[in-house]
Order: sequence, then structure tokens, then C-alpha cells
Amino acid sequence: MKSARILFNNETLAVTVNDQDQVVTQQGKILEEGSFTWLPPCEGKIFVLAINYADHAAELSFKAPDEPLVFLKNKNSLIGHDQQTYRPDNVDYMHYECELVVVIGKEAKNVSIEDAMDYVGGYTVGNDYAIRDYLENYYRPNLRVKSRDTCTPIGPYIVDAKDIKDPHNLVLRTYINGELKQEGNTEDLVFNIPHLIAYLSEIMTLTPGDMIFTGTPEGLADVKPGDVVTTEVEGVGVLKNTIISESEYLKTI
Amino acid sequence: MLTTFGKKKMFHYRQKESNEVVSKTANASFEIKLDDTILPPTSGNVIGVALNNKALAKSLEKAFNEKPHVQPPKTPVLHIKTDNTHIGYGKNIKLPSDKGAVFAGPSLGIVIGKKATRVDASNALDFVAGFTVVNEVSLAETSFYRPAVKAKCRDTFCPIGPWTVDKSAVSTPNKLSIKTFINDALVHETNTDQLIYSVEEIISYISSFMTLEAGDIIIAGTPERTADLAINPGDSVMIDIEGVGRLVNPVEQE
Repeated sequence: MKSARILFNNETLAVTVNDQDQVVTQQGKILEEGSFTWLPPCEGKIFVLAINYADHAAELSFKAPDEPLVFLKNKNSLIGHDQQTYRPDNVDYMHYECELVVVIGKEAKNVSIEDAMDYVGGYTVGNDYAIRDYLENYYRPNLRVKSRDTCTPIGPYIVDAKDIKDPHNLVLRTYINGELKQEGNTEDLVFNIPHLIAYLSEIMTLTPGDMIFTGTPEGLADVKPGDVVTTEVEGVGVLKNTIISESEYLKTI
Repeated sequence: MLTTFGKKKMFHYRQKESNEVVSKTANASFEIKLDDTILPPTSGNVIGVALNNKALAKSLEKAFNEKPHVQPPKTPVLHIKTDNTHIGYGKNIKLPSDKGAVFAGPSLGIVIGKKATRVDASNALDFVAGFTVVNEVSLAETSFYRPAVKAKCRDTFCPIGPWTVDKSAVSTPNKLSIKTFINDALVHETNTDQLIYSVEEIISYISSFMTLEAGDIIIAGTPERTADLAINPGDSVMIDIEGVGRLVNPVEQE
């Protein structure tokens, strides 16, 4: 099953998405695309893995870390499918990061690697934009780089864990205006999903809706206002986002 | 006090009543019964400003000019205290075993009153509801440049409360004495005049790229975690901020 959250007639609705990718309300009514706004499909803590693909570590001239390099985002940053992300004026490099997002399904504390997959509720697609100009230190992805308003598209929906046979063998792809720019596979994760859940749940209690952005493979590129950026994870979803300028953004707030 | 009748209530707090969260107000702090039903005063996001203390920054001056830092941070370094860390007045701080020393982190908490996007420092206080006391508990801060999730985001590592005091009751937020007591002995004193970035500058900076919502709390800045601030199972730690309140939490082994 696929579950999503939308804004429809100024109301937040929990909906499902059928096999034809149509949004279905709890009353069974099909809503036409364009009549609603996609919201982030979950609410919770937002963990992001830095340098969790060996090839991306090489791209940044880093040795892969010996324990997960986790940072947090604040929820101000999340937006849903088919929304707009603004590029600050006067920056040189803003890039997407296509990521498989693990959504926690039940409370988890001190979970073993062996049991960890039982705590996965589902999966979705995340795009973890970064403004590299603001990166003062690679090991310190400051919130100014990573937790900006509109900078973390997520969705369109959550696919139930049981519907993804092998989350460690999924192709990730990013397209800018239809041109393939990034490609990787979750089989190359440095720390895989059970390892990440065990690691985090040793530190703290995870709760349903918490999100783990598992990292991005190599293939980053600059994005400019007007670009349509599509991030997809095989079998999980296709997440579309449009870049706008800061001045356009300022008119919307 | 009859004279306050009809005026804005000065204290805002939350309490658990038969499994429901109830928001309440009071004219005076003595009207609030501080029992185990008290919750953190809001349920918003909690964002900390690291390194926002003059003595702490000075102590790191040399290290900041060497590898791997190379240079001191140009902008305030922020961190997040996740929801699993938030606990109210009187709740136990749980220390993990074998993770080394744990330190209290006395700080003024700035409680946001309304949605704030790209706010100027000059009118930043218009977006503040009031102030609270935060104990930003942490394992040793061995590294300020690395994401410190494992040091800062353990369950119960962020007591907040007991209430939000209305900003109108706090005339000088940038000059408030902060005292930390462990088992009733005064162990540490600081003041919000030791912040590098003022309350107004912090709000302006954060809101320049992160929209703050009503109920969000900003931890203005914690001092250097010296041995005086180390906490151990069996301790009771109290942080007292002039004109804001006193936050007390017992400490136990996890």
C-alpha cells in the first residue's frame, strides 16, 4: 500500500495512492491531480547520512567513515512532491541529493541489527538539497547548508515495507529537465538500513514517522531557477521538484 | 493579586491531566503546582546555538585555527535537540552507562510566539512569546565541528521549563544571571551577557533561512562544560535564571 498526506480544500488529509498512482480519500473518492497539494508523507525526526555511499565519499575526496556520520534537519525544511525549492541569490553551487528514505514504523530503542528491519514502516524518496557555498567544513553540514526552508522535498508517498522486497538493491536516479545526472544503487550503502536503525536506536528512542535519509551516491550537479529536478528510487517513487529564484520565493511568503 | 486581574497572564505551562495535555496560564508562579504532571511548556522544535559563549569560544581559539577546523566558524553553529530529549520539570535525566562524563548545559530558552521568517534583529522580540529555562545536557563536547547527535540527542537530555514567562516580565533578556546548583550547592554562574550573538541576533540569523513557528524554542547558548557541570546518578540539578524560573531535575542511571 502507498500512503500520503495532502492539502485539499485547506484540510490536511491522510490518503492512499492506488496502482494507477491516483489519490484516493478515506471515503474512496479519487481526487484529480492538480486539485490538491502534496504534503510531506510523514512527520518525525529527520536523520540524514553524510558520505554513506563509497563512490560519493571518493567524489568528495573522503575516506568512508568508520561509524555512521549522522546529522539532523528541522522540519521547516520539508516540502511535498511537485513543489518549489528556492535557490538563494548569489550562490555558486546548489546541488540535489537523491536518497532512499526509511520511515520508522514502530517505537525502537536498543534494537539489534538482526531485528532492525522489523521496525521499518515503509520507504519514500527524499531530495536533500545543499548549498555548498555555505559549507564551512565538510564534516559540519551546518543547518544553513541543509535545513533551509523548502530545501528537502520528500514523497510523494510512503510505500509499505512489505512491498519492497530488497531495499538494498534499488536504483536511484536524478534527472534535471529530463537529462539523467545521477545514478546509483542502494547496494552500495556503506552502512545499510539495519545498521543505521541499530546505531540510532542505541542513542535514542525512534518513533513512528521518524525518517532516515540514507545518503546519496555520486553524480552531483548544480541546479538553477527553472530547472525541474526529478529524483526517483526504483519501486518507491518519483519525486518532482522545481527550482525557483529567491526573489520569486520572496513573493510567495 | 487583584491588580493583575484582567491583564495578560504571565506564566504559561502545560500539564498532563488524565492522559490529556492541557495548556494553562497563571498570574503568579506560586499558583502553579510543580508535580510530576508538568510537561515542557511547548511541544515545538528545539534548536540550539553552539559555541555562543565568549569564554567557550576563547578557550577554543587556538584549536579553531588548526586542522581540521582551519578557521573559526563564520556563522553561528546550530544544532537540534530532538523530541525524545525533551522532558519537563522534575522528570529524571537518565545517564547512559559507559559513555563517559555527562554535563549540565544551563541556558536561556527563547520561546517563539508567532511564525517568524526573515526577521530583523530590530524587531525580533515581536516574535517572542517569552522565556524559559533549558538544561541542554550533553556528553563531553569533544568536537564542535562534527554532528554531535550521539552526544546531544539521548533520551531525556533536554529538560525544559517549568513554564514560559511572558516576555513583558523580562526587561533585559541579554543581561540575566544563570546559576546552576547541584544538590543545592552553587556550582556554576554565567549570564546572558556572555552570549556572543544576542537574543535578537540569534532569532534574526535562524529565521533568515529557517522559518520558526509558535512554540519553537531556541537554546541561546551554553557555557564550557567544565567539571563543575558534571552530573552523576543521584544528583539533583537546578538551573535558576533571574526573573525566568528554576528548573529542577533528578539524575539517575539509565
